[in-house]
Amino acid sequence: MHDVLVIGAGHAGCEAAAAAARRGARVGLLTFRAEDAGQMSCNPSIGGVGKGHLVRELDVFDGLMARAADRAAIHRRMLNRSKGPAVWGPRVQADRKLYRATVADLLRESGAEVIVCEALNLAIENGRIAGIETSDGIMPCRAVVIATGTFLDARMFVGEQVIEGGRLAERASIPLAHQIREIGLGQGRLKTGTPPRLDGRTIDWARLEEQPSDVDEWNMSTLDDGVRWPQLRCAITRTGEYTHEIIAANFDRSPLFAGAIEGRGPRYCPSIEDKVKRFANRDAHQIFLEPEGLDNPLVYPNGISTSLPSDVQVAFVRSIAGLECVDIVRPGYAVEYEFVDPRKLNGTLEVRELSGLFLAGQINGTTGYEEAAAQGLVAGLNAAAVALDKDEVRFDRRSSYMGVMIDDLTVQGVSEPYRMMTARAEYRLSLRADNAMSRLGDAALAADCLSGRRRRAIEEHLSLRSSPDWGTTGEGRADALYAPYVARQEREWEVVQRDSHVWIPNSLDYTAIPGLSNEMVERLTTARPETLDQASRIPGVTPAALSALYVAASRRAAA
Amino acid sequence: MADTIYALSSGRPPAAISVIRVSGPAAHVAGERIAGSLPDARTAAVRELRHPESGELLDEALVLRFDFPASSTGENIVELQCHGGRAVIDSLLAALGSMEGLREAQPGEFTRRAFENGRIDLTEAEGLADLIEAETESQRKAALMLAEGGLRKQIAVWQDRLLGLSAQAERAIDYDEEDEGVDPALVRGCAELAAELRSWLGRPRVEPLKDGVRVVVAGPPNAGKSSLLNAIAGQERAIVTDLPGTTRDHIEVPLSLGGIPILLTDTAGLRPTNDMVEAIGVSRAEALVQGADILLWLGEPVEAPNHPQLIRLHSKADVRGEAPEDLLAVSSVTREGIPRLLEDVTARAKALLPSEDALALNRRQAAHVAEAAQALDGPVDDIVIIAENLRLARVAFDRLTGRAGVEDVLDALFGRFCLGK
Repeated sequence: MHDVLVIGAGHAGCEAAAAAARRGARVGLLTFRAEDAGQMSCNPSIGGVGKGHLVRELDVFDGLMARAADRAAIHRRMLNRSKGPAVWGPRVQADRKLYRATVADLLRESGAEVIVCEALNLAIENGRIAGIETSDGIMPCRAVVIATGTFLDARMFVGEQVIEGGRLAERASIPLAHQIREIGLGQGRLKTGTPPRLDGRTIDWARLEEQPSDVDEWNMSTLDDGVRWPQLRCAITRTGEYTHEIIAANFDRSPLFAGAIEGRGPRYCPSIEDKVKRFANRDAHQIFLEPEGLDNPLVYPNGISTSLPSDVQVAFVRSIAGLECVDIVRPGYAVEYEFVDPRKLNGTLEVRELSGLFLAGQINGTTGYEEAAAQGLVAGLNAAAVALDKDEVRFDRRSSYMGVMIDDLTVQGVSEPYRMMTARAEYRLSLRADNAMSRLGDAALAADCLSGRRRRAIEEHLSLRSSPDWGTTGEGRADALYAPYVARQEREWEVVQRDSHVWIPNSLDYTAIPGLSNEMVERLTTARPETLDQASRIPGVTPAALSALYVAASRRAAA
Repeated sequence: MADTIYALSSGRPPAAISVIRVSGPAAHVAGERIAGSLPDARTAAVRELRHPESGELLDEALVLRFDFPASSTGENIVELQCHGGRAVIDSLLAALGSMEGLREAQPGEFTRRAFENGRIDLTEAEGLADLIEAETESQRKAALMLAEGGLRKQIAVWQDRLLGLSAQAERAIDYDEEDEGVDPALVRGCAELAAELRSWLGRPRVEPLKDGVRVVVAGPPNAGKSSLLNAIAGQERAIVTDLPGTTRDHIEVPLSLGGIPILLTDTAGLRPTNDMVEAIGVSRAEALVQGADILLWLGEPVEAPNHPQLIRLHSKADVRGEAPEDLLAVSSVTREGIPRLLEDVTARAKALLPSEDALALNRRQAAHVAEAAQALDGPVDDIVIIAENLRLARVAFDRLTGRAGVEDVLDALFGRFCLGK
């Protein structure tokens, strides 16, 4: 019997399985195809502004992503280098094949067992998870992490063509989607998209502006595995007015505008047809041409995700400078998938109403590998906690982007795919990519999920902080730069803490609070804040409603 | 569930008409028991009011009914517009008090319920509090503007601008791939908003309007301070004797000069003393001089404290004779110079008050606006710091409207009602 079963071997699932295994759980990782574990299904890069912060935080807990990115890196760039260190965003291009292979290696090291089958149904006994009914029969377990990404009842759109499945030439999880709807978790549909893949050998690189890899050497992970690959260059090109004309002339053939896609897409990462429609006054959009691998001619054109028909894709791509003779190897497409309302989860990503069931990754309405992986870590650590009766591991907004994300998801919910940005973190000046170990080291040591090598690295780092040389390190200098602001934030946090101590009982009937408008009752009932502080962050909740809530909650506490 | 409260909501009896208000879940039941039946919601009807137990006729009154949540408190309300005699009111309040589940409202409780039930926001609640306390016409107008949400609208405009600037900064941080320097338009936007907030902070505050312009009479013992106060107030407010040091604590007289609220304060004479009680009076007097909006000095001209609004007086002009140059001669006995003094005080006070049609900030609001302005004046070369300062300014506004630090704001606001008003 397994302690924890994880459904889906994407970035969330792999992290969840490995994290649970590191805490000592017997873990099974269920996937349609073993070779797909750790697959980067969209862009071949890891990190960025906000996202890089998440990867560094994962790394403190011995997560896989940072080390896998380092071992597959073929291009490194520290974004925002001219701005303050709080918002530097480490980002690497990873060789797809190397990345997948590394994740498979790390997964094996963690002891998690990869099982090829389809999860059909959750077995529920006495209101808690008892196992999974799979295509290979019943598998009992104590906790389940669902990390199915876009695969829940997914549909792909290439122009007028609609294909069932979450990734090209792969299947969708349909029975599981039905059950998730039945237990009342389903919320709605979201969409995401991916650009066409180009044959790099047919790109006229000489005409394009080059973007070289960083000269200085830096790593995503604190643990340097010593792998160094030759670093490739990326290139920058732009769409032109002619490109926009072609796209605009074919709006009626886009499933997005023809109404076939009902799900909402990410505002922060719109498809090219979206950009052309919404920003009609802009005459060019930037495209980054990113190589997908060392021995692989595929190039990922970052910035032109699309669901237009294949012939339109060929026409508009070839109107772009440097791509006049390009071959499209695989057309771009949009995926529409089912997601659950993350407000039904608590801070450990466990479903409030179904003990032992955890949800992580894109299923919770997020977009991006890093966001998925970070949730995988949280769900995995806590699924192991449930199965093995260990301590919960929770994250807060003051000390990590992971805490910001989980709080945002579980308190505010999502209405469009959620992507991490530094703007989401009010304590941004303290949450830097370079101080993840200082922020989270103690928590990671306490979580009992680390290798000996990691443990030593954290202990060394924490003791270095109190040495006289600390001020000369990059991290020490950044600490000093922001010190006055951080001190002020500390005071602010104390106020938040005070409001956090006003607990709102789970059983509180909002309709019984005199004078709360129906709208407020509805917002509060769906979000079910645990504390007054959380309530204050629910969008649309008015100050007056907060005061009423405060009074109601403290009256209850006094009674 | 909240209990049901009642109180006399109009001014002190006797009066032609008085209004008794009952608010809460049991308000309608209580109204029916006392008035027999209630009119439709939001309509008025004449009813005989009777004691619910004895059936004794108490009054004939106009009765109004409001239904939750469309009422001023957001609860069920019954309003009794009865005759304003003391006996009628007492008997009605006693009848209400005899009913189970009803209790007399605490000071400010109707407003507090309106706030808690989302009928008004914090700035409007503050305006209502001022309105209840308003004693003069200009106070009433200023309070009314606040209560009608004038300040709330202004704050919303500022918040909007701040959000726009924040969005600009955040975009530069999270989405600006070019990695360029700080956009000058953003820096300009912050500076403009900061300047506007500062100009608001430079305006007269609401406190002198509400509490009165503090006019403090000060000087050495036996300089005639108490006599002057009495001459101005027109009545024997302060104890006057020839014995130096009679006024051991200060005496306050609220006045209205040309519609302007004035708080005229007499202080203990300023002199070194061994008498412990008098010493306390002296140190209080010194504090009052510090806090004065206008200072009337009756001592030696050269010994006058430094004060921006200083009027030096030559007192007891009837016995001391001619005033030296620059000094206004006054006599509490002959009233010589008193009208001129009052004119001068009125003119100076007027300048210290917000004009009648302008919105004014109170001390709490000004503190938050100042915080926001200060944040916006921060460094301009680092986009991350700019964004942080914009965030701090937003937090300051959140506190101003009661969005953040809920407990603090409520305490600060509702603390003011518990002063017996």
